Amino acid sequence: MATVVHPPGGAPAVKTGRLRAWINKRLPVEEFIANQLTGYYAPKNFNIWYFFGSLALLVLVIQLLTGIFLTMFYKPGEATAFDSVEFIMREVEWGWLIRYMHSTGASFFFIVVYLHMFRALLYGSYKAPRELLWIIGMLVYLALMAEAFFGYVLPWGNMSFWGAQVIVNLFGTIPVIGPGLVEWIRGDYGIADATLNRFFALHVVAVPLALLLLVMLHLVALRRTGSNNPDGIEIKEKLGPDGKPLDGIPFHPYYTVKDVVGVGVFLVFYAIVVFFVPEFGGLFLETPNFEPANPMSTPEHIAPVWYFTPYYAILRAVPDQRLGALLMLLSVLAFLFLPWLDRSKVKSVRYRGWMFRTALTVFAISFVALGYLGLQPAEGVYVVLARIFTVLYFAFFLLMPIYTRLDPVKPVPERVTYHAHA
Amino acid sequence: MRTRRIAGMYRAALVLVLAALCGGAYASEHAEEGGYGSDWQSWRANTNVANLSSLQRGARNFFSYCYGCHSLKYVRYSRLAKDLAIPTDLMQKHLLPAGAEMTDYVVTSLPVADGEAWFGKAPPDLSLIVRARGADYVYQFLKTFYVDPSKPVTGVNNLALDGTAMPHVLSDLEGLKRAVFRTVEHTGENGEVVTERVFDHFEEVTPGRMSTEEYDVFVRDLVTFLDYVGEPSQLVRRSVGVWVILFLLVFTWLAWLLKREYWKDVH
Repeated sequence: MATVVHPPGGAPAVKTGRLRAWINKRLPVEEFIANQLTGYYAPKNFNIWYFFGSLALLVLVIQLLTGIFLTMFYKPGEATAFDSVEFIMREVEWGWLIRYMHSTGASFFFIVVYLHMFRALLYGSYKAPRELLWIIGMLVYLALMAEAFFGYVLPWGNMSFWGAQVIVNLFGTIPVIGPGLVEWIRGDYGIADATLNRFFALHVVAVPLALLLLVMLHLVALRRTGSNNPDGIEIKEKLGPDGKPLDGIPFHPYYTVKDVVGVGVFLVFYAIVVFFVPEFGGLFLETPNFEPANPMSTPEHIAPVWYFTPYYAILRAVPDQRLGALLMLLSVLAFLFLPWLDRSKVKSVRYRGWMFRTALTVFAISFVALGYLGLQPAEGVYVVLARIFTVLYFAFFLLMPIYTRLDPVKPVPERVTYHAHA
Repeated sequence: MRTRRIAGMYRAALVLVLAALCGGAYASEHAEEGGYGSDWQSWRANTNVANLSSLQRGARNFFSYCYGCHSLKYVRYSRLAKDLAIPTDLMQKHLLPAGAEMTDYVVTSLPVADGEAWFGKAPPDLSLIVRARGADYVYQFLKTFYVDPSKPVTGVNNLALDGTAMPHVLSDLEGLKRAVFRTVEHTGENGEVVTERVFDHFEEVTPGRMSTEEYDVFVRDLVTFLDYVGEPSQLVRRSVGVWVILFLLVFTWLAWLLKREYWKDVH
């Protein structure tokens, strides 16, 4: 047996140091960490609303990882898709867990993103100089919607099939090119094998690539402007003698350690759904999807998953289908114009007047109400209510230049509000 | 296999004859207030998949009465044996069809073409019936068969699934019952009078081998088994979840302590 001689004086440490220098000469690892984490100063007054950005990133990672494992067993194709999902649920070791994590993750992605977006509305995070940050974020949201839609079709349940039918047919309302476009999207005269396979390609390759690129750009833009905060004050305008923002603290370790707490709390809620109510009363996994796609049998009433229902309610509120589809498109795109619709001098709701506060409250209620109405059958009082809330929804955007200019704003303090906890 | 097919046809024919004979008979031991069955839509399956003996009885019920026509195409015999704690030798002796392997899927020997020819529709696979329709639906379905001479093939109809193609295969256990309907008049949307035939209550035609309570237990066990079959992982899902959440709570608490320590510097 050979004798192992341990050199005294911690020789390995020296080696690590040399290795670090060697790497950093060739790859800016430490520079990157310094720029992005330890040297990136974030406002110290973040509140609970500021957890949802990092949580969105967490869910993205969960979706990518679980998605990779699902792809190993899922078989796209009219004849195989439904069976392969059941195979995952029953015969793949821990397959049920991976599948429920993915299906629950989809819904939690939207919960987190909606709260993240609402935070931006609360504190004016879309206003100058963060217009591009906001627009890139909206593009992330659009990519996420596409990703969710394509993913929803893959299990090839009956609601997958009919949901795809309804959504794809919306493109048919485009004048002139509509019908041809629908055929081109489907690759067939109906939602069929070809459609399922191309949606699979889009769901696992094309859209995730776009998502990752956009999320990266979102973070790059964030690092350029710096985070907004609940007071809507630019911390870069008040620098200390060392050139660092007086109200800023290094992202790492302060916000990394704080975000880990957020991750813990989030995962508790997520695990409750994954392990105890994965169908979430038919909202996250709908019962018609436990029957295979059947072109001969339409589900009693077709509704998209909950995260699309506000827009679905807007679509159905309009008697004319073409106009409805147009309004639905506009209701999503309207967010892109917020930075220029908002004429207020202050960012945060804390220093805005009653007009903006009222408008934002009415908008939030309308969004939730439309979400509820989109799940109900389009008849009777539901349609009337959907019309009222659709008008209120658009009024938030269309009247914004007026009420944000007239709004009696309060003076904004010089420094952020922060109370250190004992 | 041949005998099973003949038995199925025989049972259907028997139901038909009984229905014709007893169409007018009155036997109403359940004619209490509102009558037996008037509240059928509120009947709840109350399944508990953690009840192993209920699951085992349900499996027995399934293989005795359903498996002749219905498959569980996503379920292997070996998985049933493992999850339901049925010893392999008992499984092979009582539940496994001749010539089948333990690793085979539970597939009925009724050919699809025969099912279509006899019932007008092949009997559906029941692997996901509880997930798709709910346990209560299946429970109500199995308890609301009634004699209907206007159905030439099966002689029965069903409140939960009107016009069902399925014969009442459990009639020797439950007996046969007649549905009493009443006519309700109400005003329609345009002010016209609409008459509607509404179910009122059941009346016994012929008694079965089981009492009402025994039949309830029989159906509940069967639905419990189908509930399990719809999602076998539910046997472990919840218990794993408890540990995961306990771990996450401890993790979050530690993370919070760490955060508080770091943030002491921030003023």
